[in-house]
Amino acid sequence: MNVGDIVAERTFHLTRDSLVRYAGASGDFNPIHYRDDVAQSVGLPGVLAHGMLTMGLAVQPVVDWLDNRGVVLGYGVRFTRPVVVDPVDGATVTVVAKVGALDESETRIDLTVTYADATVLGKAQVRVSLT
Amino acid sequence: MFPATAPYLVGREKVREFARAVFATSPLNFDPEAARDAGYDDVVAPPTFPVVVQEATLAQLLAEPDGGIDFSLVVHGEQSFSYSRPIVAGDELVATLEVTSIKSLGGNSMVTAESTIVDAHGAHVVTATSTLVVRGDS
Repeated sequence: MNVGDIVAERTFHLTRDSLVRYAGASGDFNPIHYRDDVAQSVGLPGVLAHGMLTMGLAVQPVVDWLDNRGVVLGYGVRFTRPVVVDPVDGATVTVVAKVGALDESETRIDLTVTYADATVLGKAQVRVSLT
Repeated sequence: MFPATAPYLVGREKVREFARAVFATSPLNFDPEAARDAGYDDVVAPPTFPVVVQEATLAQLLAEPDGGIDFSLVVHGEQSFSYSRPIVAGDELVATLEVTSIKSLGGNSMVTAESTIVDAHGAHVVTATSTLVVRGDS
């Protein structure tokens, strides 16, 4: 394994159903994540995916790649751009996970998370320990 | 520093519900047998599950009468987790919130809040750190 290697890639299709499901699972019932009128009234381009949903799905390809061979030590992101989820077409989010840094005790995996040709998370890094 | 939250008991079905919601596919999240084979007591929660427990601490922060934080103006800026071990079903977790920094930046305020989550033995499980951007209303 070398710095720059792609360890996992996955595409997620989000729909309004995904947002309602995440709202219930997480307890975040902010209406900007399911009501167009509320989203519009606070000046948003549309109903947005929860930032924590994007963060939560973006780490999944790394979890699957790790399997039982290691553990996640840390995970952090910056929310740089919203993911607008169209009521009919939904939104497609792509995750590419690459080795960002390697040393004896831990490996850093850098995530590139893209929606509509733009990255939506900044400095998205997962620190893992491989056993 | 805020008072510790009431204990949160992590249920197996809650872990599965959350795992489905974040598109998790690992058997460790769904199958207690697979989790036990891997050395865990029960199904393992996805990495961002601590947000469910952290929610109670952020509610404390936003409910502060003199905090001056208007919920409708709050945007989630950054989030990070630092783990001692994964959360598993059966864990009884308590979170304690501390506001670690408040900065002003061009009319907005940036509040960083750290929730330290420990298990029933008081052992550290995960620290969840959120940076909230409170937009100036001008």
